[in-house]
Amino acid sequence: MNRVNLNIDSIQVSVAQGTTLLNAAKELKIKIPTLCHHEDLCVAGNCRVCVVEQVGSDRLLPACATPVSEGMEIRTNSLKVRNARKTVIDLLVSEHRADCTRCFKNGNCELQQLSSEYLIGEDSYIDLVSLKEYTIDYFSPSIIKDDSKCIRCQRCVRTCDELQAIGALTVAYKGEDMKISSFFEKPMYEVICTNCGQCVNRCPTGALVEHNYIDEVWAAISNPNKHVVVQTAPAVRIALGEALGMPPGNIVTGKMVGALRRMGFNSVLDTDFTADLTIIEEGNELLQRLKSVLVDKNPDVHLPMTTSCSPGWVKYIEHMYPDYLPNLSTAKSPQQMFGALAKTYYAKKMNIEPEDMVSVSVMPCTAKKYEANRPEMHSSGYKDVDLVLTTRELAKMIQQAGIGFESLENEEFDSFMGVSSGAGVIFGATGGVMEAALRTAYEVVTGREVPFKGLNITPVRGMDEVKEATIKIEDALPEWDFLNGVELKTCIAHGLANAKIVMDKVKNGEASYHFIEIMACPGGCLGGGGQPIPTNAAIRQQRSDAIYREDTGKPIRKSHENPEIIKLYKEFLKKPLGHKSHELLHTSYTERNRY
Amino acid sequence: MPKKNLKRLDLIFKNEHDGEKVLMKTLARPAQEIVNYLIISGLKGRGGAGYPTGLKWKLASEAEGEMKYVICNADEGEPGTFKDREILSQVPNKVLVGMAVCAKIIGAHQGFIYLRGEYKFLLQQLNDVIDDFHVWTNKMGMDFRVNIFLGSGAYICGEETALFESMEGFRGEPRNKPPFPTQAGYRGMPTVINNVETLAHAFSIFKYGPEMFKDLGVQDSRGSKVFSVSGDTPIPGIYELEFGMSVQKFVEDFGDGDAKAVQVGGAAGFCVPRKKFVNTKIGYQGKLTGESLPTGGSMMIFNSSRSMYNVLHNYLDFFVEESCGQCTPCRVGTQQLLLGIEAVKKGERSSDYLNRLLDLAENMRVTAKCGLGQSVANSFSSIVENFKEEMIY
Ligand SMILES: Cc1cc2nc3c(=O)[nH]c(=O)nc-3n(C[C@H](O)[C@H](O)[C@H](O)COP(=O)(O)O)c2cc1C
Ligand code: SF4
Ligand code: SF4
Ligand code: SF4
Ligand code: SF4
Ligand code: FES
Repeated sequence: MNRVNLNIDSIQVSVAQGTTLLNAAKELKIKIPTLCHHEDLCVAGNCRVCVVEQVGSDRLLPACATPVSEGMEIRTNSLKVRNARKTVIDLLVSEHRADCTRCFKNGNCELQQLSSEYLIGEDSYIDLVSLKEYTIDYFSPSIIKDDSKCIRCQRCVRTCDELQAIGALTVAYKGEDMKISSFFEKPMYEVICTNCGQCVNRCPTGALVEHNYIDEVWAAISNPNKHVVVQTAPAVRIALGEALGMPPGNIVTGKMVGALRRMGFNSVLDTDFTADLTIIEEGNELLQRLKSVLVDKNPDVHLPMTTSCSPGWVKYIEHMYPDYLPNLSTAKSPQQMFGALAKTYYAKKMNIEPEDMVSVSVMPCTAKKYEANRPEMHSSGYKDVDLVLTTRELAKMIQQAGIGFESLENEEFDSFMGVSSGAGVIFGATGGVMEAALRTAYEVVTGREVPFKGLNITPVRGMDEVKEATIKIEDALPEWDFLNGVELKTCIAHGLANAKIVMDKVKNGEASYHFIEIMACPGGCLGGGGQPIPTNAAIRQQRSDAIYREDTGKPIRKSHENPEIIKLYKEFLKKPLGHKSHELLHTSYTERNRY
Repeated sequence: MPKKNLKRLDLIFKNEHDGEKVLMKTLARPAQEIVNYLIISGLKGRGGAGYPTGLKWKLASEAEGEMKYVICNADEGEPGTFKDREILSQVPNKVLVGMAVCAKIIGAHQGFIYLRGEYKFLLQQLNDVIDDFHVWTNKMGMDFRVNIFLGSGAYICGEETALFESMEGFRGEPRNKPPFPTQAGYRGMPTVINNVETLAHAFSIFKYGPEMFKDLGVQDSRGSKVFSVSGDTPIPGIYELEFGMSVQKFVEDFGDGDAKAVQVGGAAGFCVPRKKFVNTKIGYQGKLTGESLPTGGSMMIFNSSRSMYNVLHNYLDFFVEESCGQCTPCRVGTQQLLLGIEAVKKGERSSDYLNRLLDLAENMRVTAKCGLGQSVANSFSSIVENFKEEMIY
């Protein structure tokens, strides 16, 4: 590749052609402030805080949007540059309801950080906020949108467009009225937004934040008449540390359990347990569908079957591909299976009245908040999951509780519903559900382990946008001999833009998959909208590595070998897809509007 | 009648009926020679930015792309200007010939006229002319078609990259440059985008040769220019004048005898106060022509009854509304300038605050993403600096 030589702050550097000034400076460990820039997104160049000076040129250049050229002489810290940056930040603050002490993003806000670095003082421009009418949209159970804190960087718009291919957020109006808006300015819960929270994860300010339930959870914990059960999703334990000062890629399962116990939760349980359960139910559903289609030729049964554990994806397909709702597995997500069991089976086992139980979940996801509020999710006779926290909210609560997280001893989950297999753990990564399902389904059908070294089905792993893998079934057990010689075709996509690619292929008859795994968020749950900020490609990779490390370290690697799962079927559910399962663990879907 | 001091010209609007012949003759010449003609003539873009037209065509001809496009910018959004409308209704063939020659040079097969929405009434008439034009090009064996794209109304869509966005079906927001349109324009393909008047001048250059054009005007600002004259003048209208005239001469011809300032180039241009009339020449910015000014063609005269505060207020109102709102300096800066002069006027901020605003305007000039935000400082600083008392009292 061609190299380009230039000079930045009197240091000579040679970088690949096409590199931006921002990245060239980064190679020299020179930090240029940014706001609209985000590594996951295309260049916008609209905030102008990253401007630098090119010697001999009058106008300043946006470092994030300017490619290097031969012989450039760049100054990143001249008086002109500092003045310009300070002016830009000052202007943004004048347009901003800088109410930091009352703001969820206080301490974790890029605008606040820059205002502090550039010493934005009292003697500022005229306050524009009081001249405008802003409303706060807090109607969604997942996301709060507060336009008075928006700096119009359009990161959210690009996220929803590029990563999710939805376009729920757009830029509306121009000039002083320019704002980020939804379809006809309807509240977020009425539009096509999937609640994935990817925009929340990328918003530099407090304009888009999760609807937080921290106080409600503390209130429940403090209520002596309530038994508070908490479940934690697979992807939380490999990211929580980041929000508490640890570097990415740390597995903090044991410390997290310890912290939850100290906070006062009565039962500290694991969503990984119901991830294993999901695999049993969903895997059997797949096999049953295969039989109905291949043997019974039942026209009412549909293939490919798609996963249903990502509520962002479920809402997306309800809006965008309603014709394919019959293809969606009826199995609930692990969170909701857990909720339904907690207030029935677990409550009974522990002798707790379900109405005295508060069921809390900690999720890497903002869509889970919405999912818990779906009207279908009352199979226990109560709201199955009462309150959903994101990884970030849990971190905040740990801080509030004054717990020295890093020095906590590792602790074990409570039992029952605390034991999980490695298959449950990898749910948190793209391809994980597929791998877990294959580990079980293949064995059910053939009586043998999947033919991959160390049970690691590597073709379904990794960050490729769309992955395809085929497994040929041979020497099936007599019950499944119709599958003999069948090449089971699978496909995995993460991020809804990639889901769209796959679904369009299916729709146009260009693909003949049997089983499709889709996660709404890039990287799967490990890159969920409720995960610590920042999240980017490098961090997603580190979290993914941690997940597979956790899997490898587990004594049990296959869902169907989880002893608590075996016991659950024996004592309560009787058999996969049985009567009780249908009552508690399966659900239905609703067609939704397209805007 | 005014004194006939200024050189009034009749190049652009002269009805010439030999469009087909000029096109054929020009197409027969080597491309290199035509580009050289344009370069020698010194023709610069009449849309406001003043980029040398020959160079633009040359760059596009050298650029690589599966497709290339020629676009005529007829968005004409500057308040009070309607020169492009007149050119398109009176001498549309000149513009089409300009586009066709450009197409040949750069290797384009598709051209567009981006017509301001309000000029919809020209549509039928223009389409008829284009039909006839296609008959000529077919006869000459040329594979080039022109279509009209009706604009959506926002002023910012006249900015070339916002115009591409709007044509591609997106919101009219300017893009980052580089890449420039000659590299990656409409649909990411090499594109020449020229103002209506630029293309009409190109016709005259093809027909009469570059020397005729070069002989008009002064160093760095060659040829003639169509001006829309308005404000305190007994004779508002459009006039084709030679470049290089002083504002003094202009005022003598067009003013009402009491001019205290002339706004050259509309809201995005500069305000010239009476004391600078003599020493300011109208043309593109260049070292040798003294204090010259870029202009898209609007010339507005203010007499002593006008409040320059109100004038500036109007311009700022315009910018506050017409900014696309994308970039911080322009979206917020324009609002701060407007509220700032109001606050000073009302005594809510001291007159020192004007200095802060001048500093803000300068920062907007060097940081804004596109020409709109960059040029707010032109009118703001020239009015505030020259009419400070009017801002305060
Ligand atoms: C805010 C803004 C509005 C503009 N509007 C117009 C316009 O209406 N017509 C036009 O020809 N150029 C307009 N321009 C200039 C174009 O961006 C571009 O420079 C021009 O079309 C190039 O043609 P030329 O080289 O022939 O001047 C505008 C520029 C800006 C920044
Ligand atoms: S968004 Fe940031 S700057 Fe604004 S109030 Fe919240 S913490 Fe403060
Ligand atoms: S939550 Fe997801 S779908 Fe909703 S606006 Fe944000 S990115 Fe788009
Ligand atoms: S909501 Fe957040 S991400 Fe979206 S434009 Fe506003 S500040 Fe940027
Ligand atoms: S300078 Fe103004 S018009 Fe241009 S991109 Fe920025 S906000 Fe939009
Ligand atoms: S970070 Fe470069 S313009 Fe916003």
